[in-house]
Amino acid sequence: MTITSTTIKQWLLSSTVAFTCVAASAAVAGPIENYSPVTSARLENPEPGNWMLYRRTYDGQGYSPLDQINTTNVKNLVPAWTFATGVIEGHEAPPLVNNGVMFITTPMGQVIALNAKTGDQYWRYKRELPEDLFQLHPTNRGVGLWQDKLYLATTDDHLVALDAKTGKVLWDKKVQDYKKGQYLTLMPLIVDGKVMVGGSGGEFGVRGYVVAYDAEDGKELWRTFTIPGEGEPGHETWSGDDWKSGGGSAWMTGTYDRDTKTVYWGVGNAAPWPGGLHPGDNLYTSSVIALDPATGKIKTHFQYHQNDSWDWDEVDAPMLVDLQRDGRSFKSLIHPGRDAIFWVLERTPERINYVSGWNFVHTDVWKGIEPETGRPIVDPAHKPTLGKRVDFCPSLWGGKDWPSAAYSQKTRFVYVPANENFCGGFTGEKLPLVPGQLWLGTKAEDIGLTVRPGADHFGELQAWDPASGKKVWSHNFPKSQLFGSVTATAGDLVLVGGTNDRMFRAFHAKTGELLWEQKTNSGIMGMPVAYEVDGTQYIAVQSGWGVDAQRIQDALSKGNTGLEDNVPQGGVVWVFAVKK
Amino acid sequence: MDDHPTRRSVVLGTLAACASAASAAAADDDDPRKEKRPQKGDLLVFAEGDREGQTITLADIKLGEPPVHAWPKDAVNAIVRDGSRLNEVLIVRLDPDELDDDTRPRAAEGIVAYSAICSHAGCPVTAWIKASEGNDDVFKCMCHNSEYDPRRGAQVVFGPAPRRLAALPLVIKDGALVIAAPFIGKVGAQQG
Repeated sequence: MTITSTTIKQWLLSSTVAFTCVAASAAVAGPIENYSPVTSARLENPEPGNWMLYRRTYDGQGYSPLDQINTTNVKNLVPAWTFATGVIEGHEAPPLVNNGVMFITTPMGQVIALNAKTGDQYWRYKRELPEDLFQLHPTNRGVGLWQDKLYLATTDDHLVALDAKTGKVLWDKKVQDYKKGQYLTLMPLIVDGKVMVGGSGGEFGVRGYVVAYDAEDGKELWRTFTIPGEGEPGHETWSGDDWKSGGGSAWMTGTYDRDTKTVYWGVGNAAPWPGGLHPGDNLYTSSVIALDPATGKIKTHFQYHQNDSWDWDEVDAPMLVDLQRDGRSFKSLIHPGRDAIFWVLERTPERINYVSGWNFVHTDVWKGIEPETGRPIVDPAHKPTLGKRVDFCPSLWGGKDWPSAAYSQKTRFVYVPANENFCGGFTGEKLPLVPGQLWLGTKAEDIGLTVRPGADHFGELQAWDPASGKKVWSHNFPKSQLFGSVTATAGDLVLVGGTNDRMFRAFHAKTGELLWEQKTNSGIMGMPVAYEVDGTQYIAVQSGWGVDAQRIQDALSKGNTGLEDNVPQGGVVWVFAVKK
Repeated sequence: MDDHPTRRSVVLGTLAACASAASAAAADDDDPRKEKRPQKGDLLVFAEGDREGQTITLADIKLGEPPVHAWPKDAVNAIVRDGSRLNEVLIVRLDPDELDDDTRPRAAEGIVAYSAICSHAGCPVTAWIKASEGNDDVFKCMCHNSEYDPRRGAQVVFGPAPRRLAALPLVIKDGALVIAAPFIGKVGAQQG
């Protein structure tokens, strides 16, 4: 074929146009036909075959009622299709499924719509991120679904509404200023047409918030700061102006009680890290707050620990579980905390009451818990302070970081992706706050991750009976952290990746027996899901290592663990079905 | 509203959106020269500390001391180019004998300068620390642990960064550090 000068010119021109501004560029393979609008009724009572919320249901249990894939046939699970995202860094989002359509999000603000049965692409949205953006956490945990729209929260701190059928941008709202270290990584929570997001930036001296937008036009409806301002209840738990930069980021999706119309939202660490730099209890850092989704009003709260000094975000929202315990039935909140305490709380429309708490991994920070209030009693020898190196267990990443635990409605056990035998430490230091710069209250290079002497494992998948407080079983990972969300199914399966050997695994929910495993392209930080199309059940997960799983791997590779810093990156959607 | 806009209208609309964003960015700053990348002939000034804004001289950068964070300064118009974080520079003095063949011509009396923006996720490179593999002190980005060796053109010696830090050639004039040429290499993060 002869390429004429005209042809070359045309190609150059079209390339110029294409690359002039790639905002909202979409490689459109075709709009989605017969898309099923997402309504309140469908979100409150989702069809068994769909996964439309972060944890499938508003109660945050991470449980699928599908049982076609179960303990007897999971050994025959094989890949049905895979899809390379073409993106590196941590792929933390669940593959969301709405009646045969799958939505993937990736780091760098991409959304991909796929045929959930075949893996064929419908469209892809790529956000053009600013050239001066820095991303401490280059990741994303999913798009919110409402009617025929999707909602993406971006690391340059915007909320973007997309047409679910085409990927076209419908509106784009600036939430806060990325240049000040404010960013978004979470999957929005949508309740009755209100799109709620919470900000990241706890390491940049922000004042955290949850904000709601009208799903239709993006109008801001309310914004509730997680640190009370002057005149608001809880403000007295701060000294001076510390509240203005006190942290309390809110970077995980909340859960929702539709009966009481209450959103439960987890709140992050206080800033900067050493508690001596912000004396007081520091409400509502390291807490769960109960929000009225109509107004944003804080109805009540429970603070997991006071005057946070360990970077222990408690942003993972509590699961809502109807629990029978101590001879009574009650509506509970269950939260295996970053602070190493497995929290069982009672939720009422007016209050959150402490019920029980116990250490689910080794910790030297707590001497006990006050039985009346649920207030943990701190050992000052292991609370970071100024001018002195202080070590503590577990590490900065806690007993369980943001990856979600799951609750099985069949076994009534809670499955926790825990990390055991890790400790950390740093020397507190008063440093000036520079907007947009890390502000930790210590030199970043001083932060350590250490392994307890005699440790025989790190990661630990645990099954707990929240009714009795007893550990039912655990599976130890001798050479890996466990940094991935857990999903339970009615097929008595517990699904999890999270290890540095790139494996995706299925365990027997009752016994903890390892039933199946598959090595994937990368390490899995994302959330497994179960869904069904045309009568066939599938299991899906994104494999794509990065962010804090990578940070822990870096730290371990420098210790005497024998581990190497060699987990490959690159995102792939894996979809499995039983071989017929 | 037309549900099927023509390609031309889509392109025009997209360009308009770009133009709008660009003008909004410019409007945020009084003088576009503050955002302009370092230019040949610019001085360097301290970006932080007690001497913030003061010109950096040869005597200020001592062997064995940690890197200094600096902004370029248009000396003629007395404009510090701190309008973009992509202009921030790291300056450190090294033994000239340790510099490789690419780095030595860019150095002035063993003083080298590089972009302070990590090529991985765009975080500021803040630490000067013993390398994870080796005994030399190196630049380190504490966001994701990338390390760069300033003796060898700030090439990546650890971590996820895909390429070296952009280098900024220096000369000494009247005792002050002066930029001899614009950045060599791309400044800023990779984008997905």
